[in-house]
Amino acid sequence: MERRRRPTIAFQRVSKSYGSGEVAVHALREVDLVVERGDFVAIMGASGSGKSTLMNIVGCLDAPTRGRYLLDGIDVRGLDDLELSWIRNRKIGLVFQSFNLIPRTTALRNVELPLIYARVGRQERRGRALAALEAVGLADRIEHGPQELSGGQQQRAAIARAIVTDPALILADEPSGNLDSASSQEVLQIFSRLNVAGRTVIIITHEADVAAHAKRVIRLSDGWVVSDTRQSPLAALPPRFVPGDLTVEASA
Amino acid sequence: MAVQGVLANRLRSLLTMLGITIGVASVIILVAVGHGSAVAVQQRIENLGTNTVTISPGGFGAFGGGGAQRGTQSAAVTLTKKDVKALQDPSAAPDVKSVTPVVEGQSITLTYNGASYSPTQFVGTTPSYAEARKTPVQAGSWFTDGDDAGHNRVILLGQTVVLNLFSGQNPIGQTVKANGIGFVVAGVLESKGANGFSDQDDIAIAPLSTTQDLLTGVSGGLSQIVVEAKSSRRVNAAEAEVTSILTPKHSSGGSATFRVLNQASLLQTTSSTTHTFTVLLATVAAISLLVGGIGVMNIMLVTVTERTREIGIRKAIGARTGDILGQFLTEAVLLSMAGGLLGVAAGLVGGRFKIVGVQPVVQLYSVLLAFAVGVAVGLFFGIYPAKRAATLRPIEALRYE
Repeated sequence: MERRRRPTIAFQRVSKSYGSGEVAVHALREVDLVVERGDFVAIMGASGSGKSTLMNIVGCLDAPTRGRYLLDGIDVRGLDDLELSWIRNRKIGLVFQSFNLIPRTTALRNVELPLIYARVGRQERRGRALAALEAVGLADRIEHGPQELSGGQQQRAAIARAIVTDPALILADEPSGNLDSASSQEVLQIFSRLNVAGRTVIIITHEADVAAHAKRVIRLSDGWVVSDTRQSPLAALPPRFVPGDLTVEASA
Repeated sequence: MAVQGVLANRLRSLLTMLGITIGVASVIILVAVGHGSAVAVQQRIENLGTNTVTISPGGFGAFGGGGAQRGTQSAAVTLTKKDVKALQDPSAAPDVKSVTPVVEGQSITLTYNGASYSPTQFVGTTPSYAEARKTPVQAGSWFTDGDDAGHNRVILLGQTVVLNLFSGQNPIGQTVKANGIGFVVAGVLESKGANGFSDQDDIAIAPLSTTQDLLTGVSGGLSQIVVEAKSSRRVNAAEAEVTSILTPKHSSGGSATFRVLNQASLLQTTSSTTHTFTVLLATVAAISLLVGGIGVMNIMLVTVTERTREIGIRKAIGARTGDILGQFLTEAVLLSMAGGLLGVAAGLVGGRFKIVGVQPVVQLYSVLLAFAVGVAVGLFFGIYPAKRAATLRPIEALRYE
């Protein structure tokens, strides 16, 4: 068998059910899924299709009932609390629909937070946080709290926080769900750019327009994977990627 | 991080601190009040002379003065000048510094220039009384042993007596009549104030011989013998010597017919009583400190509930259980520490004022203890909310609205 690069995500017959017996709800049913490094995947489905469950398991916020899940080659099953914290800190960058920045805390502090938990020293922490904010075009608003930032800016700060630890995977749950269309485009461009820079990105969404940015689209229904379509090759650029200066784009 | 948490809700943090503040302040103040009253009681007893042993006639337990009459009640039990002589023997009583005989006259009326007054105490004694009972004169001078030997009619008056007989006049050199017999006022005693039971300034003192001659009669025994020890450490030795000298002379049926009262042991008894009192006060205060701690727990629980989502976010980006635990514990400790510091300040300020007639004496140990307990209480009651925050599952915490 040919020796391949280890995939970012490997699901082996992963199931998740809530409750037991007659009343058991099967949110995921024996899902097999491999996401290669550098891919840009959109996971689609109506509400109740199991995509949130999938996101929670991929993000190591929840554990599968059955099956194996390898994240960046690490079997997360049986990891203890401390190891899971480490995985969430170093391997995954989470971006949420409702931004989830810490209130009354500046953008810079928010972005520094994962590095604080990673026990990174003050100097290095600040440098890396500034670089991440720069990468999402928010270098001029670092001292502003979430309440002083627009939705698009908050989401960009959240993305900066997700990438600051240099994780193997960026996992976004409806990242443009609470944004107007201009901010949505802005944020999706950032994901495309991050993918161009070599990062693995997974976006969970129910909007086809959002999914159109991804190289590969997986549809879920009733806990099953019903389709898996590649829109552009793994090695190619994301389909809607617009080269250019992000900060100009952002202020446009 | 924790500082931010405390500052984020200033009013609430302040109210939470108030519980600890009141607790710490009340511990400090109540212990100070307890100690202050102990000091006051001790001072009053020390006014009577702590180095002294008082011997009074009557062996059957009844507590109290009025020795002269008691002497006649229990037949043949009298203390005499012979006893005084015996006690003054330095070889038999090496720890005795002075021996002072005392007779107490009853219902003696003093008159001066038309005014009349009956002091509660009319004491006949020798000059050593001045030191043994800590009764110096404020003006004039104590009578001498010569006055006693010569049966001179001189008298010392307490402030209350002076106030009642002489309206603003200088009493020294004047003649007052005691039951019709003239005495020259030799001095006015220093004020001692009330000792809680009686006015110690309501007193007249005359030489023993004169008092015996003219007021209580020659045959009357002594009401008391006041023995002063050479130092406070030798009071107990002096007491033993006194007992061994007097027992052969005064006993009937194997039991002594005189009583010995040791001021030092009285002091010990009262200080253990006031100690109990202080402990009681401190306990009440400690309860309020505990209640303050429960306040901290209450607020921390509310804070944890309110910040569930924030905790979820922190966990989702890699906070460990210990990180969250540390953050919330630090917040609880910061709250109780700030509250404790305020309480110490309030306690120190409050301890400067008289409370129900007692001047509090702030004790360093109570300040340190109250502060430490306050912080410990905050820590203890912070553990449960912090643990609850730390063990929240991120997925549920994130879903929380």
